[in-house]
Amino acid sequence: MNYHWNWGIFWDASPEGGGTYADMLVSGLRITLAVSVLAWVIALGMGSAVGVLRSLPNPWLRRLANTYIELLRNVPLLVQLFLWYFVLPEVVPEAWGDWLKSLRDAPFYTAVIGLGLFMSARVAVQIATGIAALPRGQMAAGLALGFTLPQTYRYVILPNAFRVVLPPLTSETINTIKNSSVALTIGLAELTARARAIQEFSFQVFEAFTAATLIYLAINTIATVLMRLLERRMRVPGYGAK
Amino acid sequence: MFAHFDFQAIVHALPYLFEQGLVFTLTLTILSAIGGLILGTALALVRIGGGPVLATIATGYVNLMRTLPLVLVIFWFYFMVPYIGQWLLHAPRPIKVGGFSSALLTFVMFEAAYFSEIMRGGIQSVARGQYAAGLALGMTGAQAMRYIVLPQVLRTMLPVLLTQTIVLFQDTSLVYVLSLTDFLGAASKIAQRDGRLVEMYCFAALVYFAICFLASLAVRRLQSRVAIIR
Repeated sequence: MNYHWNWGIFWDASPEGGGTYADMLVSGLRITLAVSVLAWVIALGMGSAVGVLRSLPNPWLRRLANTYIELLRNVPLLVQLFLWYFVLPEVVPEAWGDWLKSLRDAPFYTAVIGLGLFMSARVAVQIATGIAALPRGQMAAGLALGFTLPQTYRYVILPNAFRVVLPPLTSETINTIKNSSVALTIGLAELTARARAIQEFSFQVFEAFTAATLIYLAINTIATVLMRLLERRMRVPGYGAK
Repeated sequence: MFAHFDFQAIVHALPYLFEQGLVFTLTLTILSAIGGLILGTALALVRIGGGPVLATIATGYVNLMRTLPLVLVIFWFYFMVPYIGQWLLHAPRPIKVGGFSSALLTFVMFEAAYFSEIMRGGIQSVARGQYAAGLALGMTGAQAMRYIVLPQVLRTMLPVLLTQTIVLFQDTSLVYVLSLTDFLGAASKIAQRDGRLVEMYCFAALVYFAICFLASLAVRRLQSRVAIIR
């Protein structure tokens, strides 16, 4: 191979000015983390709400939840980001559209909301499955004790269901981090985009991608470890996972 | 709102979108699924019965692929394959690899990791006694796998494998980052040429939705049929 390896490249000044190539990676990592954390908050919030709706006795609410899930699950994330980024400002009233287009960090907000909603459909499915996996007697017992339906969910169903779905939620956490890279298509300068930029500036393609790969490995390992710790803390002795 | 929506723009683009774009997307999806399934099954077999060294390598590969974003993997292969080709063919300079070949190779290698997890779960769910019975009947290990275990795995895991293929179908839209003309790429090129972003992206979303939704309904029906067999 006549490829010129140069691992020192990261300490060279980048042509963007104001820092080295390593600084570019760090700034990309920051954006990847910020987008992932915020999108994950949306995904958990919306996902839990829709997942609960899907488990309710009312057929109309269930249908609403299913429609939400199917719409968000059957369109590729990339297309959804394009809809939020390119289409939304055109179809809302003109004043709002102009405001949206003038936003400075539009790719960032679009990525957070688009990725958050995309992941929320997956979280909703997990939560609904977790609720369905609980013994039917739990709901009946809650209601028989005089709890209202919301109280039964709050004090009986949800604390159990969340413990059941923690392991699958771990992989959805990782998926959120990985999927944040799709936002480079709308111009978000996240980790993969920064690695690509280093390649374009310096032609040191393999060093740049190796660095990005190692960083993804590191943050995904840390995220997995944190979720495992959470699982252990939340475990109710003698209940659930063997 | 949608006052300026121009259906004519979509109608004019239909031949290009479907004959170029969708054909590209479907070809890439089907070939990647077949290649990924074959390589994934091989990886699963190596992880289960390939000896400690090979099993560790296969496990490492699968975990690495599953930790990385697909976009990064697409870039990796796009830039790496020409150099690997040069090394394999002893060529004087990095070989030229077409966008489609590069994308196909990427998706086969990437999806193999996901298919191998499915196949591994399937193989482990087949009772061990069946494999042992095959050996007792005088079959070799490979024969017992080929004629007894794998047919059952393929059958029970078919719905999961197809669901993963629907995910793969959606993921192929990411070849956008290589500026290839898949379905989304075709829609995007027309959208930018004619300034019809709203029409093109809405239509693309609708087509993806229709295909994936119908396919997942079909998989669900299949699932209820397969479920009875066991």
